[in-house]
Amino acid sequence: MGGKLFRNFSFFSATLSFFLLLGIFAVLFHYAQDAIHTFGIDFLWTDTWEADEDDEGGVFGGLIPIVGTLLSTLIAMLIATPMAMGIAIFLTEIASEKVAKPVSIAIELLAAIPSIIYGMWGLFYFAPIVQKTVGGDGVGLLTAGIVLAIMIIPFMASITRDSMNTTPAVLKESAYAMGATKFEVIKDVIMPYAKGGIIGSIILALGRALGETMAVAFLIGSVMQLPKRITDPTTSIPVLLANNFAEAEGLELSSMYYLALILFVVSFIIISTAKFYFFGRKAKA
Amino acid sequence: MENVVMEVKDFSFVYPGAEKPSLKKITLPVEENKITAMIGPSGCGKSTLLRSMNRIHDLYPGNTYEGEINLYHRDGTKENILKLKKENDFIRLRQEVGMIFQKPTPFPMSIFDNVAYGLRLAGIKNKSELQDRVEAALKGAAIWKETKDRLGESALGMSGGQQQRLCIARAVALKPRVLLFDEPTSALDPISTGAIEELISELKSEVSVVIVTHNMQQASRLSDYTAFMYLGELIEYDKTETIFLNPSEKLTEDYITGRFG
Repeated sequence: MGGKLFRNFSFFSATLSFFLLLGIFAVLFHYAQDAIHTFGIDFLWTDTWEADEDDEGGVFGGLIPIVGTLLSTLIAMLIATPMAMGIAIFLTEIASEKVAKPVSIAIELLAAIPSIIYGMWGLFYFAPIVQKTVGGDGVGLLTAGIVLAIMIIPFMASITRDSMNTTPAVLKESAYAMGATKFEVIKDVIMPYAKGGIIGSIILALGRALGETMAVAFLIGSVMQLPKRITDPTTSIPVLLANNFAEAEGLELSSMYYLALILFVVSFIIISTAKFYFFGRKAKA
Repeated sequence: MENVVMEVKDFSFVYPGAEKPSLKKITLPVEENKITAMIGPSGCGKSTLLRSMNRIHDLYPGNTYEGEINLYHRDGTKENILKLKKENDFIRLRQEVGMIFQKPTPFPMSIFDNVAYGLRLAGIKNKSELQDRVEAALKGAAIWKETKDRLGESALGMSGGQQQRLCIARAVALKPRVLLFDEPTSALDPISTGAIEELISELKSEVSVVIVTHNMQQASRLSDYTAFMYLGELIEYDKTETIFLNPSEKLTEDYITGRFG
């Protein structure tokens, strides 16, 4: 009895996530129909976003927010990945327990800070620093990317640390017993052993960076223009949606659904490629 | 006594935070090209002693030592390995004194790269030399036939017994003077165990072997000398025949005959 109930429940839970995925896709696709019919695939490389004054029409293209999303995420990943690896290696292999414990806790607490706080801190404290050191308006791609990086570092670092910690002691010892240095043990034994967890943490962080709304809304500038320099303000898909969704109607609303659909598909593609790549590698390893 | 390759002299060892020493004033020779077995019940200190002989214990801080462990180099000079402090010295020591662990520990890389690993660490880059030495090591570990067509495949796909022989090949490739085996067959089935034992007895023409084992039959089958340890002390050390047939200590006899342990 109980077993059957449990089986059904877990089956229901497992299939639910699949149907939710399909359902969300279907809803986005449905509401995006108008925009898809009007602009087609050209939507992807059109850089105007102008609603007509008198009716519900206009010309809408997704290039700017798409570029803004991808670039801010790219900047964040370029900064966060090496930093997070460094933190994880330090915590697992270099720091003594006395140091590693408080640092680990601090990092986990950092991961728990709501994103709006990162946004406020970034806007009032960090943006002026960026402005002073590299120029620009303070808010912009670079500031958003760096703060995004700070947001995802704790996340990546703690997952990477956990997976590095699963490396069996005897495996490390046998590398040391061959005359390996600490650096060589990290590079040849721990990193390959923890590869799955490392890639997993990168994927999760990537997903978070792509979809992050609040902090980026504070920092990216929310300006509909293609960035020419790394410090230029621009916008991203989630930011555009959050800022304009309430007032939009007609074709503009539909275009926003189109953008949301694109973000959905882009995240889906990136994450499944990464997973596919990872599982493909794992099968061979 | 013939040629001694290592000697442990009045060696005491205390783990960090422990009240009592885990090893008390151990004195023990390691004869060249012989197999020395260390037996005794769990917690007697045999693994601790073994792990001191290549200083692998020092990966974990806080151990305290007393006494000497001397390694006699090929040129006849002797070196107290307890005095080593620098990473480079440890690397040099561990290339002379190799170690095989309780479980097979193939690295997550190909069979070839596993065996070449230590050689590359030792600075050998020449491809044909690497190939020759990998082949020689795999032949030496009696695993060449099974691996010669799949050197590029991951070592993780091999059976447990094969993996352990691969680990031995990996250690042999460095041409160490001494190989330390820490219960090398405790995770293996009887057939693989037989193969490993045969391999170890073949190896002694090239290296001196120290083996820690729970299995008294293994010690009696394999070794030339046996050390019986109990509660951190070396109770008796002698030729294996003597230890097993005519021990001089009552405690040794009780352990050998299975009255405790």
